Amino acid sequence: MLLSYLPVIIMFGFVLFLASAVLFVNKVVGPKNPYKEKLSPWECGMEPIGDADTGHFRVHFFVIAILFIVFDVETLFLFPWAVVLKKIGLFAFVEMFIFIFILAIGLVYAWAKGALEWV
Amino acid sequence: MDINTLIEVALITVKVILVSSILFALPIPLTWIERKVAGHIQLRLGPFRVGWHGILQPIADMIKLMFKEDIIPDKADKWLFKLAPIISLVPIFLTFATVPVGDKITVLGREITLYISDMNVGILYILAVAGIGVYGLIFGGWASNSKYALLGSMRSSAQMISYELALSFAAIGVVMVSNSLSLVDIVNSQKVSTWNICYQPLGFIIFIIAGLAEINRIPFDLSEDEGTLAAGYHVEYSSMRFSFFMLAEYVAMVLMSVLAVILFFGGWSGHAILPPIVWFLIKVSAFIYFFMWVRFTFPRYRYDQLMTIGWKILLPLSLVNILITGLFVI
Repeated sequence: MLLSYLPVIIMFGFVLFLASAVLFVNKVVGPKNPYKEKLSPWECGMEPIGDADTGHFRVHFFVIAILFIVFDVETLFLFPWAVVLKKIGLFAFVEMFIFIFILAIGLVYAWAKGALEWV
Repeated sequence: MDINTLIEVALITVKVILVSSILFALPIPLTWIERKVAGHIQLRLGPFRVGWHGILQPIADMIKLMFKEDIIPDKADKWLFKLAPIISLVPIFLTFATVPVGDKITVLGREITLYISDMNVGILYILAVAGIGVYGLIFGGWASNSKYALLGSMRSSAQMISYELALSFAAIGVVMVSNSLSLVDIVNSQKVSTWNICYQPLGFIIFIIAGLAEINRIPFDLSEDEGTLAAGYHVEYSSMRFSFFMLAEYVAMVLMSVLAVILFFGGWSGHAILPPIVWFLIKVSAFIYFFMWVRFTFPRYRYDQLMTIGWKILLPLSLVNILITGLFVI
């Protein structure tokens, strides 16, 4: 059991090592010639206007993320159910679909409210 | 600790180093092939100057990137900016810890498995760990403190989480047929009966569309839409940090091809005239070629169309797929 998760730790260490080694070589051989214009945010060659991180954007991401959490938890619920579905049979199948149906109503509601429209 | 466990650990270490090194070097041939495919689809020759048919071009590119300045914008959040490429790179490598390329071979009287580890939660582990890569994009775009980068990262993270749902639902269809989450068991169950593509045609279509969106490739590469966003979340990156994002994207493409082969096309099973691992490589190459072919055939979607496809078509369709599969399984 432990042996099947050990590779993850070894791999994490090795890939991190590879990445740092490459970055180190880059740091050694790459030129360093920073000046003000080079270090300013890229905006098609114009002087940048305002900051990006002070929030002048309407970010629709929030609603999508909440919807995602609901369905992602459902995915986690579905995986163990799918593995043993043959054994537990029709009862569990119907029960799961009642659950999915309730979630689907939520999706339809979000859809009708226009939460899925990006523009 | 007895001697057998030690040998086992040593074997695992060797396999991990081998797999990671191969994946790290894989974009070198893949970029060359991609540019050649692009060239020939568009009736050009593609790279031709450096070496035979331009075969040394990616190596020249790599050396060029290595000798470039690593620019860190003065308004950027320095820590996150440096960390983001690594966050997007490492998880996609970690998924390969459980990806099998074959069953078992016997070397010097010792059975060696052609996978690093056969986790009993295989497919769930892959989906979960691959999901961590999204943080790399968000951090990269946010830390750059540039408008294009911020918009690009918002777009691509919203896109990736939207399509992750359809992707996992399509994978659940396969799990229902195969009764296991372990990738080795899924392949073995397809050896007994036929390939899952026969039971899950709808699931496969959903999987491949969602997969294209998940790895940010055309027709869904909205995050790096040159026409509106310059380069998306990595617009401020240069040198090796930029190439880490590209590397992660190529490894993700390989992962998606491997998953499509294992879940739907029987993994390494095939006619006995060729060894199993050759079958596996042929199938994976076919999928990689398919992804390249799609890239140079289709135009890019608009962002609202992308969201419509993800939430209003693929998600309900994948739920229907689970319903139909369940009715057949019971």
